[in-house]
Amino acid sequence: MKNASVFKTQQKLAPYLFVLPFVLTFLIFSAYPYIKSLNYSLYATSGPKDAAFVGLGNFKFLLSDPDFHQAVGNTALFALASILFQLPISLGLALLLSQKWVKGVNFWRLAVFAPNLMGQVFVGVLFGVLLQPKFGLVNQGLAGISRNPAWLDYKWLGEPNLVMPALIGVSIWLYSGFNMIYFLAALQNVDQELYEAAMVDGANGWQRFRAVTLPAILPVMVFVLVTATVGSFQLYELPRTLLGGGGPDNRGLTIIMYLFNNGLLPGDLGYASAVGWTLAVMVAALAAIQLWVTGAGKRDN
Amino acid sequence: MKLFTRGLTYLALSLAALLSLIPFIWLLKATLSPSDQVFSDFFKFVTPTLENYHELFTVKEPSFARSLFNSVFLACAGVMLQLFFCSLAGFALAKYEFKGKKALMAIQLLTVFIPGAVTLGPGYQLMYQLGLVNSYQGMLIGSAGNVFGIFLFRQAMLGVPDELMNAARIDGSTEFGIYWNILMPIVRPMTGAFCLLTFMGSWNSLLWPSMMLQTSDKHTLPIALANMVGIYSNKYGMLMAGTFLSVLPVIVLFLLLQKEFLSGLTSGAVKG
Repeated sequence: MKNASVFKTQQKLAPYLFVLPFVLTFLIFSAYPYIKSLNYSLYATSGPKDAAFVGLGNFKFLLSDPDFHQAVGNTALFALASILFQLPISLGLALLLSQKWVKGVNFWRLAVFAPNLMGQVFVGVLFGVLLQPKFGLVNQGLAGISRNPAWLDYKWLGEPNLVMPALIGVSIWLYSGFNMIYFLAALQNVDQELYEAAMVDGANGWQRFRAVTLPAILPVMVFVLVTATVGSFQLYELPRTLLGGGGPDNRGLTIIMYLFNNGLLPGDLGYASAVGWTLAVMVAALAAIQLWVTGAGKRDN
Repeated sequence: MKLFTRGLTYLALSLAALLSLIPFIWLLKATLSPSDQVFSDFFKFVTPTLENYHELFTVKEPSFARSLFNSVFLACAGVMLQLFFCSLAGFALAKYEFKGKKALMAIQLLTVFIPGAVTLGPGYQLMYQLGLVNSYQGMLIGSAGNVFGIFLFRQAMLGVPDELMNAARIDGSTEFGIYWNILMPIVRPMTGAFCLLTFMGSWNSLLWPSMMLQTSDKHTLPIALANMVGIYSNKYGMLMAGTFLSVLPVIVLFLLLQKEFLSGLTSGAVKG
């Protein structure tokens, strides 16, 4: 009988014991810093030990700091442009690959996804060399294809106006394949009978896309749009290694880089928290707007 | 007409594949070129040499070999720790009713939507107070509470029928035995995807490790390579060798776990 009661007890206690290791580390190393950072954003600190209450001073300062304005502008431009290019490319490739007669789907998928295996840091180091003027592969390729040697002199990483196009171009190379995987999975889930029905009704390719494909993949499209936006707003490692920092005229300065340079590096953990929460509010607002406009709020998961 | 559209499709796919892969091919060629021929014509043959790799491992500060070890150790230990913590908690959330379950799910969901950058300051302060700055333990324990992983495992385990668990109970299995012997083998594909994702996350990250790991004997590959770019900015062959060796382990892992990975990646988003 005693054995039976021990057996029952371990059944009752099991779920609590199972979540315990996770809950402890989560509460201490995730939840606590999140809450603490709310409070911390009201302090000016010098290193992890000294803190002085400044109220909303941190927020007032950053909202009036031209460097922060520039960081927000750069980051927003990067997010907008890279998504505008990435999504059509990703969706286009997925549409091509989802045609039934295409051979070697696995190979194409693997090839286009491959850049994503390279972390942003390593991509930054590699493209720092590929984008060199005169000898770099990118300029040589552009000059060779266009037969115009003027391309050889483009200083992608040294000319203020070329920094952002370079970052956007590299991000397209890096992430198009990633988004394509999502679109492809969504397309493969579309009910084939709907296509057949549309064919019977005499719908042409574009009409079938509008009436069948688009509604079916809309949730995934919204998912990709929101995650790409949230991800783009946290850009840091790529410009950090590609440009070694903000780049010429700080054209490659991003919000996270600003947070690092102006908060963490000088030891002002309070200011870093204030910048972090400002970023969090911006990202949340953007995501909410995107969900609202696309009417997908109810279906989001 | 049909032939024309098919031809066009393959043309577009080839172009995309080529643009994606050329940088990798160039990288491999550059690492094997003599250091004065790194920028030679892409199509020109050069006699392969290991001189760049040799130089990479001769440089003492930062030490590439040491950083490679640190990266491998932190990524592997981190994956194992997170795998255990997340799958166990995901199991509890999927298959049991208990007090505080709803609250736990809600708090987790909330943190997913707040950028991690928010916690960098207080997170660092906490590590400092606990004496965990510049330690492997600090890096590992700090990443163990991976919320994303919990959701993946919960999702995968929800579909496992309760009858299987009850049958095991009748046979006298403990609850942990059910988790270990029944649930974990069933969600093995998911486990493959999770391991690769967590490995890549640890392997590629720069910001938090660069704050936590302050002495060069603790540096991981992203930190070491970012530093090398600053110090040896004109040793292109050596930098490329370092980049190639930093990417290679992820490519090998990916090729091994490809199938699980690509289906696991999209399972949450597509099935909804």
